[in-house]
This record gives sequence, structure tokens and C-alpha cells, in this order.
Amino acid sequence: MPKVTYIEADGATHTVEVASGTTGRDAAIDNDIPGIDGDCGGVCACATCHVYVDPGWIDKVGRAAEGEMEAELLQFAEDFRETSRLACQIEITEALDGLVLNIPTGQH
Amino acid sequence: MSVSSVIEDEIYSIPLEEIDVSHPKLFQRDTIGTYFKRLREEDPVHYCANGHSGSYWSVTKFNDIVRVDTDHKTFSSDTSQGGIFLDGPAEQSDATGTREGAPDLGLTTFIAMDPPKHDEQRKVVSPIVAPTNLQALAPIIRERAADILDTLPVGEEFDWVDKVSIELTTMTLATLFDFPWEERRKLTRWSDVVTASPGNGVDSWDQWREELMECGLYFKDLWDQRVGGEKKHDLISMLAGSPATANMPFTEFLGNLLLLIVGGNDTTRNSITGGVLALNQNPAEYDKLMNDTGLIPNMVSEIIRWQTPLSHMRRTALRDAEVGGKTIRKGEKVAMWYLSGNRDSEVIDRADEFIIDRKDARKHVSFGFGIHRCVGNRLAELQLQIIWEEIVKRFKKVEVTGEAERSFSNIIHGFTKMPVILHAQ
Repeated sequence: MPKVTYIEADGATHTVEVASGTTGRDAAIDNDIPGIDGDCGGVCACATCHVYVDPGWIDKVGRAAEGEMEAELLQFAEDFRETSRLACQIEITEALDGLVLNIPTGQH
Repeated sequence: MSVSSVIEDEIYSIPLEEIDVSHPKLFQRDTIGTYFKRLREEDPVHYCANGHSGSYWSVTKFNDIVRVDTDHKTFSSDTSQGGIFLDGPAEQSDATGTREGAPDLGLTTFIAMDPPKHDEQRKVVSPIVAPTNLQALAPIIRERAADILDTLPVGEEFDWVDKVSIELTTMTLATLFDFPWEERRKLTRWSDVVTASPGNGVDSWDQWREELMECGLYFKDLWDQRVGGEKKHDLISMLAGSPATANMPFTEFLGNLLLLIVGGNDTTRNSITGGVLALNQNPAEYDKLMNDTGLIPNMVSEIIRWQTPLSHMRRTALRDAEVGGKTIRKGEKVAMWYLSGNRDSEVIDRADEFIIDRKDARKHVSFGFGIHRCVGNRLAELQLQIIWEEIVKRFKKVEVTGEAERSFSNIIHGFTKMPVILHAQ
């Protein structure tokens, strides 16, 4: 099973193993990772699972497609960056084993 | 609350096509929940041909609401299409008056805009109510909440809505704007004026216009004082200090201020009252709270779901679209009934029960979804959390001692009065 590491804004680190095909949002909620709310249930409707993909991983994960819902929601997120993604739109597969996701100070 | 079985039978015997959930009296009498229950069961995307709000679609289930709310390319919020409420000025009324003939002040706000204009304006306001900025305001909100609660009479009956819910929300707005403290009730007044009409809060449309202009000039004055001043966390300083907004036209400035005043006023006010009522109706939950005040953040989400302070938001179809098996035609009005979506037992476990330690309490539709999702949601949560933390410190119980009076409105789901007695710790 692929491993994902979540790093909280204060540096606290959580590495979890998830079944291939799980989203970054579901994996965080299932493992009680603080700082990811995922209010809408993971359907790309609220932007409360905002993460920064580690720069070394962003090309592999890909960026939010312009004009799509994810990018439209992310533009209103607090402290939006180049590497911002919604975790519900990241599917964790074997190819992403070792992925590092940074959690912002707050979800908005 | 559940209605009597006689009334329930009556509601279930109405021919489906005659059901009109837009009538404000159903909300005032608190029978609306049974109507929604029936629609969710029998006709979740329901067409009403000729109701209080004219012809309109009702979307009543959680997932269908999310579907409409997230498809802003099909479902418009724009004022030019009819905006975000079912009722236009002619139907927007309370028991005493209509809003027909209201002067057009040309005020614009992003809640009733489509992209791209919406996006530009929301980006400006959003950081002010984002978690990082709110942390700076939290200690002041707490201190002021404590002061208000400390002045309340213990052991004698009073109106919770007026003395607590209104006062606390006004206090938060005053803090957010860094508004002159002694004059804070002006904010309450202006918020009421925005939704007032002749005979209902104001005497004439002239008075209405004058009071809103007075509000605008007052804020303009605060703005002028703060332009070029030291960097502060209040909303006006932030707007005045940001290159994107420093040259905002006056009507936009006033429009956005009024959106924040109204948006942050009725909603939180009614959630504060609704929370007290729900805890009184569910004494076991009140016990849970007093035994473990650490449940407050979770309870706050449950209160926001339970109360659903905005009953609906309206959209207008820009093209034909299918929702829940029905075809909505271009130009038709659609109401997303958040109040109903929050009772959808297919998505929310035991949706008809108020459970303060509910798992997934954040999963509710009260804030809406998509690009128009409530911009002040974190402020609302913070405010309710602080208020409840301060209430449980001081009072063993806030006891509801009589019938709560509900608002005559299909938009604002709330209360006009609720008698209580406080019991000290």
C-alpha cells in the first residue's frame, strides 16, 4: 500500500498507509489528520481539504486544471500557492508512494 | 420540532402539485419540516406552478443541492437573472409590508454576481474573514462577549433574542469593523434597514434611502481616517490598504459592507437562539455539553446544521439542465432548500436528531457549496464557539421558559423572541 506523509503547519508529521485509489482527503479524514476538514464529503465543492503538494511531487501529481471547479474554488483559499491542490482531487496510487502533502494554517 | 399527527396527516393529504413550500407562514408556524419530509420522500425535485413565490423548482435533497450549487455555469446567481432569493420585491414581504417600489441605490455585491466579476470581489473580502486574520480578532471578541454575558440578569425572565443574540452579533461586527464601540447599535439598525420597507421598520422609501446613505457616509468617514494609516486587522483598514480595493467605487464599497453586515447578523443571531432552543428540547444533549465542554466546536457545527439560518438560496437556469431526473428549463427559478438538505437521512445519519457529538458534524449544507459558499463561515464558527465557551463558564442552564416566536420569512430561518431564565453556575 502506498504511503502518504501529511505535514501540519506547525511541522507535526503524520505518515499513513492507504489503499491504492483512496483520495488524499479521505485518507486524511480516515486517519484523523488535523487541519483537513473536507466539509463537503470529498466532491470538490468546498475547498476545506486544501493542501500544498511538496514541490518535488507536484509534477507527478499535476496541477489543478484551469477553468475547472477545483481551480475556481482554490482561487479563494487562504494563502493560495503554485502547488495548491484540493486533496479530494488527488488519487493516491502506487505511483505516488511516498507523497508529501503540506497542510495550510487554516482551511477556509 | 415534530408537528402533531393531525397536522401531519393534513400535509400528507395535499395533492403533490399544490404544495407550495415558499409560503413564509409555514416557516413561522414551524410546519415546514413536514412539507420538506414529504417532498424528499415523494418528489425531491418539485415544481410549483403558482405559489407565493410564483413558479419555481424546489431542490430538497442534499446531493441534488450540492449538484446545483456547484454548477454556477448553469445556475446563475446574478442580479440580472433575478438574484439569490425566490421572492422579488413584490413578494418579499413580512406580515406588514412589501418591498415593491424600493429605490435602486445601484449597490452591488459579489453574492449576487456570476464570474468573472464575482471572483475578483470575493478575493478581496475573503482574506478578512480567513482563519489567520480571525486569530487576531478572537481575544477581543471573547473579552466583549464576556462583558455582555456578565451584565445579564440571573433568575429573572428576559428576551434572549434581544439581550443576547442581537447584542453578541452586533458586538462581533463592531469588532470586525473596529467600529466606534458606543455607537455599535447603529450597525444593528442599518442591518434592519437593509431589509426594511415602508410600515415595516421605516416610514417611507425616502427614509430608507436616507438611513442607508447615512450608513454609507459614516463608513466613508471611517475609511478616510484609516487610508494610509497603520496596518490593522479590521475590515475597513484592510480594504483601504489593499491595492485591489483602495479605489473601489463607493457603491461597491457600501454594497460589500452591507452584505457583511446583513450576512453576519441574522444568520449568527438565529444560530445563537436556535442552539439554546435545541439544547432545551434535548436535555440529554445539554447534559452532555455540561459534562464535556470540549464538545463545543463539534456542537457548533451541529447547531449550524440544525438551525440552518438561511432556508434557501435561489438560482436561475441559464440553459436546460437535468436535476434528480427532472428537466429544469432555461429561465426557470430554482430554490435550493438548505433547511431540507440538512434533514436528508440518506446522507446524514439520524438527520432528525440533534446530536452534539455527532460524527461528521461538519457535513451540512448550511454554508452552501461551490464558489458562493459562505465567505464568513469561519467567523460564524469562531463566534459561536467563543460565545458557548463563555456561556457554559457562567450558567448552569439557559432555560427556555415559553414559546419561541419564529420569523415570517422563507429566507431567514429564525426567531423574533424567546423568553429565558438564566441559572448561575
